[in-house]
Amino acid sequence: MKISSLKWAISDVGVLARRNLLALVRIPVALVFSVIQPVMFVLLFRYVFGGSIQGGVPGGYVNYLIPGILVQTTIFGAVGTAIGLSQDLQEGLIERFRALPMSRMAVLAGRTVSDVGRNLLVLVVITVVGIAVGFRPHGGIGNYLLACLIMLIFAYCLSWGFAFIGLAAPNAEAAQAMTFPLIFPLTFASGIFVQVASMPGWLQGFARNQPITQVTESVRGLMLGDIHLPMGRVLGHGNSTWVALAWSIGIMATLAPLAVRKYRKVA
Amino acid sequence: MTENAVEIRNLVRTFRDGAVTALDGVSFDVPKGQVFGLLGPNGSGKTTIVRILSTILAPTGGSATVAGFDVVKNPDAVRRSIGLAGQYATVDQNLTGFENIYMIGRLNHLPKDVVRQRANELLAQFNLSDAGNRNVKTYSGGMRRRLDLAAALVAHPPILFLDEPTTGLDPQSRQDLWFAIESLVESGVTVLLTTQYLEEADRLAKQLVVLDKGKIIAEGTAAQLKAQLGTTVLSLTFQNLADADSALSLVRDLSDKPLNHDGTVVELTVNSGPATAAEALRRIDASGVTLAGLALREPSLDDVFLNLTGHKAEDAPAAEPVAKGRKAKR
Repeated sequence: MKISSLKWAISDVGVLARRNLLALVRIPVALVFSVIQPVMFVLLFRYVFGGSIQGGVPGGYVNYLIPGILVQTTIFGAVGTAIGLSQDLQEGLIERFRALPMSRMAVLAGRTVSDVGRNLLVLVVITVVGIAVGFRPHGGIGNYLLACLIMLIFAYCLSWGFAFIGLAAPNAEAAQAMTFPLIFPLTFASGIFVQVASMPGWLQGFARNQPITQVTESVRGLMLGDIHLPMGRVLGHGNSTWVALAWSIGIMATLAPLAVRKYRKVA
Repeated sequence: MTENAVEIRNLVRTFRDGAVTALDGVSFDVPKGQVFGLLGPNGSGKTTIVRILSTILAPTGGSATVAGFDVVKNPDAVRRSIGLAGQYATVDQNLTGFENIYMIGRLNHLPKDVVRQRANELLAQFNLSDAGNRNVKTYSGGMRRRLDLAAALVAHPPILFLDEPTTGLDPQSRQDLWFAIESLVESGVTVLLTTQYLEEADRLAKQLVVLDKGKIIAEGTAAQLKAQLGTTVLSLTFQNLADADSALSLVRDLSDKPLNHDGTVVELTVNSGPATAAEALRRIDASGVTLAGLALREPSLDDVFLNLTGHKAEDAPAAEPVAKGRKAKR
């Protein structure tokens, strides 16, 4: 009984994740948002802004940039959870799901899992585009995959927070608007595009210690095969990987119960 | 097992910490194997009842069983016994018709090959075979409702909840859906139907209850309700308000039902339309008042309400904090 209900819960998550990914392929706008936009960011920062930004890493700014863009993209991908859930709620689909003998958790889990699938696709695309514009990761394939795993884990945990926003927002547009003031400062006041040391002093404290910078440092360190980046020295430790994972678990442990509680209340 | 598909006892549901009462002590039984109608205007509590019976919403008080299972204590057993379709239950716009049914079937935990076969069967049954591989975005309103109903039937539920299944549909699509519902009942399914249309309740439902502001104000068979109501509405239109006022006293005694006087229109609910119309004409003619129009029509929900409550059916302000813009888009 216990085993079979677990089996069906996994099946439910799979069914819904597949359904969400199908929607992604069928809505051109969603595909543009998740794939084309990060490619634009790569080109923008590589060729327009890049000339005047100091990366401070071997191989030039492009090597600094691409790991950052990858992190930014996976985090933007997690926003999909908020928008998707909000849409399903608005269209009455969640109402229908609640009247089915399916796993209660599957709606949220199916949504967050499908975002991992989307992020996986985006990671591959941006890696290819990155290499085409001169990105040369020297950390080895194992470290590269480990870096991808860290991004996926972090984005997955974050998407549970966005699930809460999606359930609380009155509609999909509002859900997207509500994530913006969170996402914007966290991704731009971070080590994603520029070195934190180049920011004004009052901003550095925040930028240095916030989770997205930690994830970026970890990913960059692993991909470039150099954990002794300027940031690493400033922080006094060589590897932000553990810090990034700790943030992931902390975010998940705090926000997932909130999202689940909200899900039980709405509709 | 009980003889009734649904039993509701003194069901209460309030919203906003008790400030708004959507259901105020509703009790009824739905016998197996027939269509049972819930008739009432928007905000009368119809959808709230369906949502409680579908385990989407918990009741504030009272009890409800579906297929003998308590909706609060045994929601999973209830969910395995029901199908839900209608204005708020919906289909996925980004999937094809087949994929929609397939998804609901899989979420009902049916094996893949069974669902595949069942989906094709249902698409054929609801005249959607040709559209089965098309995105639902390209479907007409009627097609979506049929798909919605098909998806609700995927697991062969013995009990079906249809929440305003034809609201917003054109007459032809409405007819199609009525036929589909009738053939379902022939196959032994119990249907709980909510509607704002007396015509629909009359056509489909063997028994019905009329709801107003979360309370049952009448119940019985459609025939009983109509007998109580009168079969025809005689509608008289006058050229001005003064004429309408003076004609009021002339015709008042032609019906013992409450009479509807709205501006230049006076309406009587009567049992014998033509005879009463002739008599009304004679009296009005003799008094010298000029008639601008005369019509005989079927009674509507408004007329039922006028008779039962003395007021017209008004859309109550949404008692439920309508879940996040659930737009009735079809």
